[in-house]
Amino acid sequence: MRWSVATVAETVPQSAEVVSLYLDVVDWPGHLAGQHVDVRLTAQDGYSAQRSYSIASPPGAERLELTVARLDDGEVSPYLTTDLDVGDQLEVRGPIGGYFVWDAADTRPVLLVGGGLGVVPLMAMLRLHAALNHDGAMRLVYSTRTRRQILYRDEFDRLDSERRAVTVTLTRDDDPDWSGRLGRVNRQLLCEAGWSPDVEPRCFVCGPTPFVEAVANALVALGHKPDNIKAERFGPTAGD
Amino acid sequence: MGIVNRGFRGRRSQAGAETVPPGQYLVNDFPVLTAGPTPLVDLDAWDFTVVDETGAQAARWTWSEFRALPAEDITTDIHCVTKWSKLSTRWRGVSVDTLLDGIETSTEYVVAFAAGDYTTNLPLADVIDGQAWVTFAYDGIDLEAEHGGPARLLVPHLYLWKSAKWVRGLRLLDEDEPGFWESLGYHNYGDPWREQRYWGD
Repeated sequence: MRWSVATVAETVPQSAEVVSLYLDVVDWPGHLAGQHVDVRLTAQDGYSAQRSYSIASPPGAERLELTVARLDDGEVSPYLTTDLDVGDQLEVRGPIGGYFVWDAADTRPVLLVGGGLGVVPLMAMLRLHAALNHDGAMRLVYSTRTRRQILYRDEFDRLDSERRAVTVTLTRDDDPDWSGRLGRVNRQLLCEAGWSPDVEPRCFVCGPTPFVEAVANALVALGHKPDNIKAERFGPTAGD
Repeated sequence: MGIVNRGFRGRRSQAGAETVPPGQYLVNDFPVLTAGPTPLVDLDAWDFTVVDETGAQAARWTWSEFRALPAEDITTDIHCVTKWSKLSTRWRGVSVDTLLDGIETSTEYVVAFAAGDYTTNLPLADVIDGQAWVTFAYDGIDLEAEHGGPARLLVPHLYLWKSAKWVRGLRLLDEDEPGFWESLGYHNYGDPWREQRYWGD
């Protein structure tokens, strides 16, 4: 798979540590909702480093959106989130990953469960669902630490509809103004904000490894078939 | 011809960084990457089988029989296609040479099969002669479920998705047959030193 040159068209801060990069990619072949790309940075002396990032933009979007969290001890993310300016170029190749993808031809209910930055590939699914005005029903359960760290909050307000429900839960209550859910994603929340196993929803779970382990196990315990649960984990280092 | 990212320096002071394949970086922890829930494996129902190219069962071990086979310690570097590498990891397991001992075959390919219908394909030549093991311990303790326990294939000279977690057996094949990730865009062979990550690499 060959590398393509991407030009930064816009950068948008999503929170204190998270930035969305909007890229113009020459000859982008298109992607499916849930896929990722490899990004390569090259220093003046030829040293290079690669990392993988999930695609937040839906298939068919004009620009490729990558949403990146700055890890202070990371090698690539500080450059992407801080140093990169509009007009700068970087190398990307993709799309990659043919499993953690939502097929819009599938009309079964969908449950998306995201932890922290794990919401990013789920955004591509939610946005595609909205763009298609899809007949099926999609529900997103999204957990993040604090209110200030909620990504895409304004967009959730716009996307939330009869067939698309977004539930946000905060795991650290630091805001007296927050009237939404509190606490980790557990069986009770998955029952209330998700689907009964009887309707056999397609489940997509993405987040840090302990989050995905806990949510996937909870879904299995609630009676969802393991075959219906697709997971994408990132470790403390793997999302760097 | 690539492009240069002005101001990017990278982290090249990593000890041991010279020993990782192109495009990889070193980690000290052990990230988990699995496509679905971690399966719970019942040791009483566990077995490991070798199926020959006719589809016949050529060998089978229960858990206790498997654990009675001669085992060896392996210290090796591992490389995940998602870019992380980990040096000098310590495993204990049964050599695939031991598992294939006495099985006459002229086939050239093998598919490892595992819980949840996961499969991965390999040339037979890559799993014999001390290159692959069915491991049951990591870093001195029983292999944890999230890392593939109770038993995981280890083929450290290829990207780690070839080292099937929760492995249950090997199927010998006359013709190569792409496995799970190999059918979803990942390279058929997966040599990290040639950076064979994806189709066409």
